[in-house]
Amino acid sequence: MQLFPCPFCGPRDETEFHYGGDAGNVRPDGADVPIDRWANYLYLRGNPKGAAREIWVHMTCGEFFVMERDTLSHKVLSSAELGGEHTI
Amino acid sequence: MTASRIAQGGTAIDRSQPIRFSFDGSTVEGFAGDTIASALLANDVAVVGRSFKYHRPRGIWGAGVEEPNALVDIGGERATPNTRATTEPAREGLEARSVNATPSALTDRNAFLDRFARFIPAAFYYKTFMWPDWHMFEPRIRAMAGLGKVDAGWTSPGTADQINHHCDVLVVGAGPAGLAAARLAAGAGLSVTLIDDQQRAGGSLGHRTGEIDGKPASVWAEETVAALAASGHLILPSTTAFGIYDHNLVGLNQRHFDGRPDTLWRVRPRRIVLATGAIERPLPFANNDLPGILSADAGLSYLRRHAVLAGRRIVVATNNDSAYEVAQAVAEAGADVTLVDIRREGTPTAPAKVRVIKGRALASASGKLRVEAVTLDDGSRFDADCVLVSGGWTPTIHLFCQAKGKLAWSEARAAFLPGDPVDGIAVAGAAAGAVSLSEVFAGCENAVAAPGQAKVAMPRSTGAEATGGISAAWPKPGSKGRIWIDYQNDVTVKDVELAARENFISVEHLKRYTTLGMATDQGKTSNLPGLALMAGITGRTVPEVGTTTYRPPFTPVPLASFAGARAGALMAPVRRLPLEGAHRESGAVFQEYGGWLRPAHYGGRDADADRAIQDEALRARQSVALFDGSTLGKIEVIGPQADAFVDFLYYNTMSTLKPGRCRYGFMLSENGVVFDDGVLVRLDEHRFVVSCSSSHVSAVHARLEEWRQDRFGRDAVYIHNATSEMATLTVSGPNARKLIETLDLRLSLDEADLPHMAVGHGSYGGDEVRIARVSFTGDRSYEISIRADRAEPLWAHLREAGKAFDAVLIGLEALMILRAEKGFIVIGKDTDGTTLPHDLGSEGPRTKRQTEYVGRRSLFTDEASRNNRLQLVGLTVPSGEAPLPTGAHGIKRGNGRLHSQGFVTSSYLSPALGRPIALGLIERGAARHGETIEIQHLGKISSATIAAPCAFDPAGDRLHA
Ligand SMILES: [Zn+2]
Repeated sequence: MQLFPCPFCGPRDETEFHYGGDAGNVRPDGADVPIDRWANYLYLRGNPKGAAREIWVHMTCGEFFVMERDTLSHKVLSSAELGGEHTI
Repeated sequence: MTASRIAQGGTAIDRSQPIRFSFDGSTVEGFAGDTIASALLANDVAVVGRSFKYHRPRGIWGAGVEEPNALVDIGGERATPNTRATTEPAREGLEARSVNATPSALTDRNAFLDRFARFIPAAFYYKTFMWPDWHMFEPRIRAMAGLGKVDAGWTSPGTADQINHHCDVLVVGAGPAGLAAARLAAGAGLSVTLIDDQQRAGGSLGHRTGEIDGKPASVWAEETVAALAASGHLILPSTTAFGIYDHNLVGLNQRHFDGRPDTLWRVRPRRIVLATGAIERPLPFANNDLPGILSADAGLSYLRRHAVLAGRRIVVATNNDSAYEVAQAVAEAGADVTLVDIRREGTPTAPAKVRVIKGRALASASGKLRVEAVTLDDGSRFDADCVLVSGGWTPTIHLFCQAKGKLAWSEARAAFLPGDPVDGIAVAGAAAGAVSLSEVFAGCENAVAAPGQAKVAMPRSTGAEATGGISAAWPKPGSKGRIWIDYQNDVTVKDVELAARENFISVEHLKRYTTLGMATDQGKTSNLPGLALMAGITGRTVPEVGTTTYRPPFTPVPLASFAGARAGALMAPVRRLPLEGAHRESGAVFQEYGGWLRPAHYGGRDADADRAIQDEALRARQSVALFDGSTLGKIEVIGPQADAFVDFLYYNTMSTLKPGRCRYGFMLSENGVVFDDGVLVRLDEHRFVVSCSSSHVSAVHARLEEWRQDRFGRDAVYIHNATSEMATLTVSGPNARKLIETLDLRLSLDEADLPHMAVGHGSYGGDEVRIARVSFTGDRSYEISIRADRAEPLWAHLREAGKAFDAVLIGLEALMILRAEKGFIVIGKDTDGTTLPHDLGSEGPRTKRQTEYVGRRSLFTDEASRNNRLQLVGLTVPSGEAPLPTGAHGIKRGNGRLHSQGFVTSSYLSPALGRPIALGLIERGAARHGETIEIQHLGKISSATIAAPCAFDPAGDRLHA
């Protein structure tokens, strides 16, 4: 079981977290967004082998945050509050 | 007699405590401290089981977890199948049965299978029973397959404890390496947890001779453990580390021998020392699986720990130095001993009283139900009642490999050793390839802490030491006779050759094709010989062939340990209503709905349930109904941007809502699909209450939080889930207002002050109450929300005052009927993962809204604009017919085939209308009201007429009545 560092609560078991998607997947607003752009936002994922930046939510405190981790070694590289004030 | 208990010695047994137990119905006598295996051996029981495939007689091979043969089913109320006789303590009255043998291991009636062995090669069953249909043969083959049997007499020993544990250093294995590492870590001021799968610490020191710091090794071991325990370190005997998981979480299973279930430990150490030792390998010779052929180290262990001499005329067969101590010990104990070493040179000094034959190997063993003679590769043959075999040592690197450690092949040790280190894990002792105690201790020095941190001196070996000389003796292709590689799965040299001929040369394919390395022992004795043989056949080196993947668990772990308390009612605990007790007093029948335990109906169990539900739904329309709606979501959205926030989250524009009013709306997912529906209440300028579906509250809450944090910011809105803080009691029906008036809720109920879709504030018994004119039934309704802990008097008051109006308590089943009569949908029941809001008739926001909202762009795709989408409709059936089956498909005919054009989502008998009603999603349904279509269910075809979803009071007059 992996240990994820919540920027607010510190290291906790992975079972307390939910995955929230790729970090940096910016939402395009508007009814006239090109359909390819919208489809990419909805469905296209990088699925990198190695370093990945992801959004996670710590269910027990409710905070969403950015975590960098290695999808191959499962090493956690960093985690930071959205907006970046608290960092572990 | 061949194997027997000798008069003296036995460090593990207590001769003052004799015990008796049964094996295959016969009585076995032993002493406290015996394992089942040591007691069977002391009683000269040679055949302890039958092999998996050929039902060959098999005897005890080892003395520990690696045992492939001696599996027994333990009977009685704590029945456990496939227990290793070598690790299971013998106890008074225990009932043990051999596995895969009927009626007993000695007289197994399927033994004839062995004579057909050449017709049953690897993959025989896969290849043979293909035609005409595997399922024809499956039942008989399944009856023959498998090892132990599950005992129906088993009773649960109770809930297994699960313990989370933290320490600086976890040392796995309490042999010389583990003890030295634990001692060093403790000396460096670190907290230590030391575990061992044996009941007594010491590992090989319990039966191998040696001298540490001037003391006999076993004395040093005892003193070291006592000192660690005295300084507060945790020592767990009878505990197996079965797996290392992500981020070095270690799973331990601790056995107790007092009837308690095992305990599961989840340990998060800062550092792990794997001092897991090594396992002795067999040697390849024909019939090397005969009972009476044991691992040499096991033979020594039984002698020194249990005072059992495994035979009278013993052949010790070896390719390495470690068997010399064994030969010497069994000779000193009185056996006639011949040592056969495949090496011609570089061998240790011949022990006294032992005949040594150098440069020869065993070619075969012979005997009927046990070994009677051996033949060497020069053709010489002599009698033997026991063969003690050492084919070298395989380091126990399972845990290291589970932690993604890579292995490095050592030609000198003829074994895979741990390669590059893994973060936070050190491997020490025999698991790292060390042989002598000096080597073991030298390897421990850096395993624990930074150099120089330790405050205690390293232990020193001061006596004679083991030497590590070995000459590899792998099974060879083309060998004569049946040479067993994997005892537990009946895999021979010929099976591996067959796999190679059929090109299953990858080690993972070899495993699946021949089953080499599978089942309860997971190939602890057989994997390395098997892949070395494959290397020989295919002209590759052993590291080129590689090993299969090591996976947890190292040894079997009871499912009860993993389950812990999560069983029965605690498997998925239900949420409970604050008024559950009151509902029970009213005769409620409870069911789980979306995680909540709620009244399904009141009174009327089993066959009468339908009548009770119909009665509730009918009376609700006649006068007044009381319903507990406490599970309804109450998520507050507060803050300066609360109105912009709800506008973005809802499909419908919500910011135009006036304070004190409510509006029904949809929340969509970003793909446009309807995610939830419900009423939004605006309490004041900056405060809303999201009243979402009961079963959706946590999902909606998470979604609100995500958008709040990701898009709006923490200062813009604040979200608070108040669902369980308040109970919500619903009063609905033509007489709802009259009943509410009797309560004196301190607010005006006039239509002007509290119209439909308005919210007002009053009080009851000194507590603030919120009253919303929101209706799930289509009748005039009042939802009264009050502090959950003060709801009971109000509920009692409502029931008491309701008597004058013939008020009825309704459960969720009646409410479902009332909703369906009005065409009100349930998300996830009347919609699915493709339903868009305009499929439900809500087109306005899609065409008119100019502001952004979740899911907006997805409503304008080609798919969303398709003109043949499934749309929400009502479905009526000819009078006198039964309700449509939910899930039945609307069909159309074309090209001689039937095609679905949608399906029935909800279907009930409406007592108010006196006829069946149904909702469905039907292709282009909104434009087809009045059209009759065919409905198919389980091959039967009936008809239904498409109608508007609302079947009852379509004008909505009753809301205001
Ligand atoms: Zn947290």
